[in-house]
Amino acid sequence: MTIHRLPDLPTDGVDATTSIIKIAILAVGGQGGGVLTDWVIDLAEHAGYRAQSTSVAGVAQRTGATIYYVEMTPDGGRDPVFSLSPAPGDVDILIAAELMEAGRAVMRGFVTPDRTTLIASAHRVLAVSEKIVPGDGRADAPGVTEAVAAAAHRLVCFDMEQVAVDAGSVISSSLFGALAGSGALPFEREAYEATIRRSGRGVEASLRAFNAACDLALAGGKTPAVAVPEAVKAEARDPEGPEALVSEWRALRSMVGDLPAPVQDMAGRGLRKVVDYQDLAYGRDYLDHLKKVIAIDDAAHEWRLSIEAAKYIANALVYDDIIRVADLKTRASREARLRREQGIGGDAIAHVTEYFHPRMQEICGTLPVRLGRWIESSPRVFGALDKVFNRGRRIRTDGIVGFGMLYGIATLKPARRRLLRHEVEMKHMAQWLETALSVRDINYDLAVEVLKCRRLIKGYSDTHERGLSKYRRVMDGLPMIRHREDAADWLRRLREAALLDEEGKALDGALKTIETL
Amino acid sequence: MAERSFAKEVQKLRMGAGETFHGEGILAITKALLENGVGYVGGYQGAPISHLMDVLADAQDILGELGVHFEASASEATAAAMLAASVHYPIRGAVTFKSTVGTNVASDALANLASGGVTGGALVIVGEDYGEGSSIMQERSHAFAMKSQIWLLDPRPNLPSIVESVRHGFELSEASNTPVMMQVRIRGCHVHGRFTASDNKRPGMSVRDALENPRRDTNRIVLPPASFLHEQEKINKRLPQAMDYIRKNNVNEFFGPDEAKVGIVLQGGMYNAVLRALQRIGLADIYGETKVPLYVLNCVYPLLNDEFLDFCAGKDAVLVVEEGQPDYIEQAFGSMLYKAGGTTKLIGKGPFPMAGEYTGQVMLDGIRTFLDEHGGGILPSKGRAPNTPLPTDSIQQLQTKVPMRPPGFCTGCPERPIFAATKLVEQELGKHHIASDIGCHLFSINAPFELGATTMGYGLGPASASAFNDKNAERRSISFVGDGGFWHNGLTSSVGNAVFNRNDGVIVIVDNYYSAATGGQDVLSSRADNRSKSTKHPIAKAVKGMGVEWVRQIDRTYDVGKLKATLKEALTTEESGPKVIIASSECMLNRQRREKPLKQAALKAGERVVRPRFGVDEDVCTGDHACMRLSGCPSLSVKQLDDPLRDDPVASIDQSCVGCGNCGEVADAAVLCPSFYRADLIQNPTSVDRFADRLRRKVIGWLKNRRERSRLVFAEN
Repeated sequence: MTIHRLPDLPTDGVDATTSIIKIAILAVGGQGGGVLTDWVIDLAEHAGYRAQSTSVAGVAQRTGATIYYVEMTPDGGRDPVFSLSPAPGDVDILIAAELMEAGRAVMRGFVTPDRTTLIASAHRVLAVSEKIVPGDGRADAPGVTEAVAAAAHRLVCFDMEQVAVDAGSVISSSLFGALAGSGALPFEREAYEATIRRSGRGVEASLRAFNAACDLALAGGKTPAVAVPEAVKAEARDPEGPEALVSEWRALRSMVGDLPAPVQDMAGRGLRKVVDYQDLAYGRDYLDHLKKVIAIDDAAHEWRLSIEAAKYIANALVYDDIIRVADLKTRASREARLRREQGIGGDAIAHVTEYFHPRMQEICGTLPVRLGRWIESSPRVFGALDKVFNRGRRIRTDGIVGFGMLYGIATLKPARRRLLRHEVEMKHMAQWLETALSVRDINYDLAVEVLKCRRLIKGYSDTHERGLSKYRRVMDGLPMIRHREDAADWLRRLREAALLDEEGKALDGALKTIETL
Repeated sequence: MAERSFAKEVQKLRMGAGETFHGEGILAITKALLENGVGYVGGYQGAPISHLMDVLADAQDILGELGVHFEASASEATAAAMLAASVHYPIRGAVTFKSTVGTNVASDALANLASGGVTGGALVIVGEDYGEGSSIMQERSHAFAMKSQIWLLDPRPNLPSIVESVRHGFELSEASNTPVMMQVRIRGCHVHGRFTASDNKRPGMSVRDALENPRRDTNRIVLPPASFLHEQEKINKRLPQAMDYIRKNNVNEFFGPDEAKVGIVLQGGMYNAVLRALQRIGLADIYGETKVPLYVLNCVYPLLNDEFLDFCAGKDAVLVVEEGQPDYIEQAFGSMLYKAGGTTKLIGKGPFPMAGEYTGQVMLDGIRTFLDEHGGGILPSKGRAPNTPLPTDSIQQLQTKVPMRPPGFCTGCPERPIFAATKLVEQELGKHHIASDIGCHLFSINAPFELGATTMGYGLGPASASAFNDKNAERRSISFVGDGGFWHNGLTSSVGNAVFNRNDGVIVIVDNYYSAATGGQDVLSSRADNRSKSTKHPIAKAVKGMGVEWVRQIDRTYDVGKLKATLKEALTTEESGPKVIIASSECMLNRQRREKPLKQAALKAGERVVRPRFGVDEDVCTGDHACMRLSGCPSLSVKQLDDPLRDDPVASIDQSCVGCGNCGEVADAAVLCPSFYRADLIQNPTSVDRFADRLRRKVIGWLKNRRERSRLVFAEN
């Protein structure tokens, strides 16, 4: 290349690239980062700019983090030398198609307070590591939002995924809209729209999402307040049903009003859950259990023990058995929810297949106490029956036979109190409550934590057993710490460790630690 | 059919002289091949040049019109061997593959080709998979060029330079009877830019002409005594010819002032990054006018003594910008300077790290350090100032919060249930030594499966378990190989080896109908009709032909129960010899791409179409997430319920679910909770569907009403 012009070099030490706009796009594979990049190039070139884009597309479609990079500068009649990758501290606009990707961009130094406009969708696409935790493994989204806001010169952040979905489009359109609304590029809104029109595919939906996002960005990312009529909360409404039952419910519900005020909300919810699960008498049992806890609790402790008891006694009473699943799956409300979630209209035909795999343990639990016990105590009988029953079953609940089968199982509900599983669960609940109350006088906070350990028991079959065994191991740690002043803290740590991984490795570690105390 | 279609873009390949070509780097390379009269093209897909193969495949009509033969080679070795057509005949040939892994595979053929030399221009285009976005071990292709005396071009990463480099490649190859490699980095392959096109040229001699007029020359064949002559010829004849061409044709470029105290020597591929650093410290403008002299090596092997020494003349110090290790170029220059008694200081690794990519920051720091120490005041005062301070507080805060996001299996991937089954088998039979291979299935090493101990190369999964062959051991090894790897190398190196050595291990061949990880190209066992390729050759037949007795074909990988039983049988059967399980289901990405238009057409035509999708009953799910530990599907996630009685978020499936079935199968096979359901929406129902639906609604509705009349029904939250 021969150069005839005299070098028109920048004055001493001034960054020559200030006339170049640098845009990095961080997306999760499959989010349409490539489409967005093409749009930005098209926009720039039609506005009289020279532009260049590059990408790292190696595993872009396979759910990993992926990055696109664009540079543009007003066309000076010659080819500028653009960079092929973003550099820390040198990015003008950073578009992140997901909240954690915005966080990653900040970590990589692509967002700096002196210049970067950060356009980030606030929604989450959870990483695998967040989903596989037995407890709640989700990353701290508010913390990340706060940190990225502090790092950016300007932040445009709202749920752009939702905007796109509402418009029947994909997130690339709403990101483009947010870019337009941010005003970070020197182009008019019409120029952006023209770019979308030129792309020629799904134009109308893309424009809808674009405009919605652009308006939101202009409004500072806040959703305009829509007046929603004050609906009566579902949990405050009376159930429907036979008059006699409803009035009995009202009487029972009114008893909640006699409980200490801070406990009422949780107790009301608990009562509702328990009655829904079994019957009104079960609800009375629930309140009786709860009142025993309230009797030894006081306002000085803000009734914390009672609130946790209201929550976890309800959960303990509502144990998961085949009858419950059969009942839930054959309700009218269930079909309505399914159709709503799957976008299937009321008139459309939907075939619904359920995946069941009851083991002999679950079958025994659904038998009368003595029969169930007898089978469990005879390995030969148990084994033989297990061979018959323990296999996967696909049940069509939209079909008469499949539905009828589950419906039939659900009719066992009135007999539930006489079944083996009920006996086991009630015994377990009594022990758990007893443990909690026994430490109440020594260490109030510890009693609260013992109640909270109920959280470990959840699920069906193997999952339930694993939860139960973790609960036991945590409780086995109790004697080692119960006389310590910070016992509550240690028990909380044990419980949290138990929720970190499936096998309980973290729990083992935590137990080892308390052994050395 | 490949994942990405270039059917529209390839029309640009017809452009004539003077037209402006806009597009991606790889498309420009293809155009340049045609402009330079290439006679045949081959290669093997792999990032970053996968799309180059896709472009060529989509451009077959245009290639055909020009009399250019194109082949999707069985492996990189095949591709390199294909260049033998240029040994005796004056035909220009080009092949392409991913490097260094592809070059490793190709090196046998490349070494033989380089020994005997070529008559027609032979160009090897390597996608240098190094740095961010790379999926392989971090090595350089440079060593291959040096060891075999192949010339290595490394053009500046802009379209005009890349196109020019293709021309030089062919001419240099012909001028020196030596094959030439041209390396393009990841971003260079994907950079969008423009260049002025020339007319396409028909090859002077076509492969047909050559076939009909065969030639031979014993002296070009690698066998003693010719092989000894070849070595002499390489050094005494071809190397000087190459240097001569490079010098006379200004393959390397000089920028900036003639007189200066310091200068920078750089690989062509580093040009934009070096320029950006100079721009940022105010020593260059945005069009590339620079105050620091640059010596740009568009050819990085061989290096020209005189060019380099001339550049050094009068300079106190010269910086070598050479990405990666070892620092071959710097060593060579050091030797040149020393032998010539030069006094110029040679700087390179030091301000620059020996290992790792030269990112924007590394480049800025490296050049600034060099200029600060050796620039004699050329570095502007502002350039000496530190960078914009990064928001360290935010960064620290985020370090523990932002989760990693490694690539994983796509929504509905048929490989997911294979690993779910393997995980379940291990829960029963204990941990096994598992050998992985290259391909999408290697994602099994990440959460949630965490299966696989090693990966030794494409098609080498089972081969890498070959030492674990002890008849008295209580456990067998399990190894995986994909259909791509199987046909690339696995049939002989892995399966054949296991048969021959009586290995008792279990080999799982993951067959998803495509070379899926590289973008869905067809392979021998693909089930699709392919206009120009012969497909539908069953893997099972090949395996049996190789002598394997125990073969199980599974035609629906989503059947987790069956896979689990088969794996268990393979691990426990008394039979000796390798146990081969072929687990076949179509890659979901490609299947969706294939079926979507068909389904839409069927819907429009009023045909009955079923849309399957999975869901979770949130009141049944207890939030243990055991299902996700056997899935990791992007469409299966968690959500928090608005219910203070519930602590943990519950499972939730979003609209992107394709209804593959893994969730239900896993819930069954692993005995998980019964919260999953499959909802099949029947679109355009038949009269039978409608009749059955009416009947069912009537009966079920009656039952529901009957029960709800006698109990309390609470409103849902």
